[in-house]
Amino acid sequence: MKKTLLSAAIGTAVLGFASAASAATLDDVKAKGFVQCGVNTGLAGFAQPDSAGNWKGFDVDYCKAVAAAVFGDATKVKYTPTTAQSRFTALQSGEIDLLARNTTWTINRDTALGFNFRYVNYYDGQGFMVPKSLNVKSALELSGAAVCVQAGTTTELNLADYFKANKLEYKPVVFEKLEEVNAAYQAGRCDVYTTDQSGLYSLRLGLSNPDDHIILPEIISKEPLAPAVRQGDDKWFDIVTWTGYALIQAEEFGITQTNLDEMKNSTNPDIRRFLGVEKDTKIGTDLGLTNDWAYNIIKGVGNYGEVFERNIGANTPLKIQRGLNALWTKGGLQYAPPVR
Amino acid sequence: MTDHAIRVSSHKGEPRVSPIYDPKVRSIFFQILTAVIVVLVTWSISHNVSVNLARANIASGYSFLAGRSGFDIGFAMISYSSDSTYGDALLVGLINTILVAITGIFTATIIGFMIGIGRLSRNWLIAKLCTVYVEVFRNIPPLLVIFFWYSGVLSSLPQVRDSLNLPFSMFLNNRGLAFPKPLWGDGAYLILVAFLVAVIATLAIAMWAKQRQMRTGKQFHTIWAGAGLIVGLPLLTFLALGAPLSFDYPIAGRFNLSGGSVIAPEFVALYLALSFYTAAFIAEIIRAGIRGVAKGQSEASFALGLQPSTTTRLVVIPQAMRIIIPPLTSQYLNLTKNSSLGVAIGFPELVSTGGTTMNQTGQAVEVISIWLVVYLTISIVTSLFMNWFNAKMALVER
Repeated sequence: MKKTLLSAAIGTAVLGFASAASAATLDDVKAKGFVQCGVNTGLAGFAQPDSAGNWKGFDVDYCKAVAAAVFGDATKVKYTPTTAQSRFTALQSGEIDLLARNTTWTINRDTALGFNFRYVNYYDGQGFMVPKSLNVKSALELSGAAVCVQAGTTTELNLADYFKANKLEYKPVVFEKLEEVNAAYQAGRCDVYTTDQSGLYSLRLGLSNPDDHIILPEIISKEPLAPAVRQGDDKWFDIVTWTGYALIQAEEFGITQTNLDEMKNSTNPDIRRFLGVEKDTKIGTDLGLTNDWAYNIIKGVGNYGEVFERNIGANTPLKIQRGLNALWTKGGLQYAPPVR
Repeated sequence: MTDHAIRVSSHKGEPRVSPIYDPKVRSIFFQILTAVIVVLVTWSISHNVSVNLARANIASGYSFLAGRSGFDIGFAMISYSSDSTYGDALLVGLINTILVAITGIFTATIIGFMIGIGRLSRNWLIAKLCTVYVEVFRNIPPLLVIFFWYSGVLSSLPQVRDSLNLPFSMFLNNRGLAFPKPLWGDGAYLILVAFLVAVIATLAIAMWAKQRQMRTGKQFHTIWAGAGLIVGLPLLTFLALGAPLSFDYPIAGRFNLSGGSVIAPEFVALYLALSFYTAAFIAEIIRAGIRGVAKGQSEASFALGLQPSTTTRLVVIPQAMRIIIPPLTSQYLNLTKNSSLGVAIGFPELVSTGGTTMNQTGQAVEVISIWLVVYLTISIVTSLFMNWFNAKMALVER
């Protein structure tokens, strides 16, 4: 709660001063020497500090990738844990340079809130988790249930719409922080837990008996999760956008963290241009970075597939399938415009 | 500086001094300077904000309040759904804030009085218990007290499917206390009218009894007469109307109890936490107030032959109230403002519904300004009332 108020206060008071410099986020970032990245306060697989206090996760790797592109060093990131409520004010006020926090891209956020999104790093949808003991097989059986939900999310709105559209009754139990929602669900304060399905898989791991809970098959919304930046700084927006595309493009080329240096000797002009070894390439410098920007990104975090598998994929406790997040060449939606 | 000015004037033998050394001129100059600085800073901040909002393409203004909110609220005293407006959502939050503030102030005052008087008790155990109470609650941050009550309420109560069945079709579980909802029939408003008439009549009797006691010294049992009126008159009306009352009973559904009214555990936890926390401070104020009345007052009262209870009621408390009321006002204000901590346990008070509104609309500046104005208004109204009460209780010099 403190954090909301704090960033809200910063939003009102400092908005004038902090974002006065926002026209050139790249210069700010370079002067500071690190990227200030807004992440989740703790969502296993997406953003969570490990036992040594190092942030790890899918969204965290996007912060690292941007740092690698700018500095050639993926460690030059400072993290600001944000709640669902504090995240937007933090970005608006200039407290953070980049928001990589499983945030749904909506037109309202793109326009009225003054943010820019361009690529989706994770295609998600909202789902429901219930204790097995309730014997619920479908979300349509949930009439009369108490539903735990996080405040200030698209989830909260979809929930209201879904139950209204299906003429079901429910009682919302709303908390600001994820930890509080988890505690309330565990304590039996509500019957149902709703958030993005990826989040449910992650949260189920944190329950005392994960096997006692099932995730219902219904997906009631489109939740394209995307990193966000402030409007009005196209240069920074381009850097963040193409960092994301570079990860996908690298997977498409088959460039991984291990074969990266071999790939530099590739004869494929596309790959040579991408890695900045082609003569007279200006892709990196046009972005305001160096020509080995993509090389640095892959060296820092690997390609999209590696980021996915390392944090949330089949070999992690979350065991999430690629599904919609497979490359377009493999039936998924992940697609990068040509890097040329 | 003043010394210097005086010396200059006495040396020259004339009353006028240079304007630089004139305290009046100086004071006016610095006041103007302060005012100009305040205005400039305010203007530059608001100008900066509006310029930056415009540059970031963030819409501003209060028109968003009329938009459809799209989210539901679990605990609303007025009818509210996701089709209601953001303005309604804020209103629901405001009413919840006021509800928890008023009930909390009421309970905190009662507990505070008992603990405060208890600390002065000659009974060793009672005095020590009250001391422990005050020291414990006064030294814990209010947020922790709220978490304590919330997890206490949640973990100690049974799951919804093992609800405790209480008398009168009431159910208690970790989703709250469900009780039958009264449904009033035709003409039920007459019962309220009867109640008001009884209250007014009781006040009139009290005034008459006081005057008679002043005149003749005879006492009248106002309390019994008043209680009879206040209970009896509405009851008679109720029976005369043919008991126009039915109940909507809570029934166990598949997931939850349906029907009836429910007091949510979030409300109970916040209400108890604020009451117990603030009561510790009120207890100390009460103790200070009573201690502040000179011992000679009660000794003089005993010498006149008054009973100890009468002495407390007529001599000590009225004088103690003068010491108690001003700091009591700040405790009431604290309780009201601390109710904003309810956001941490998901109680939908003003900061909670406002926060959601802010997040869905991105109107941070506007929502925060609404918060400021509302809390300021509530606090000022409370202060005005307590100042009026204080003036009434203050020593009337004859």
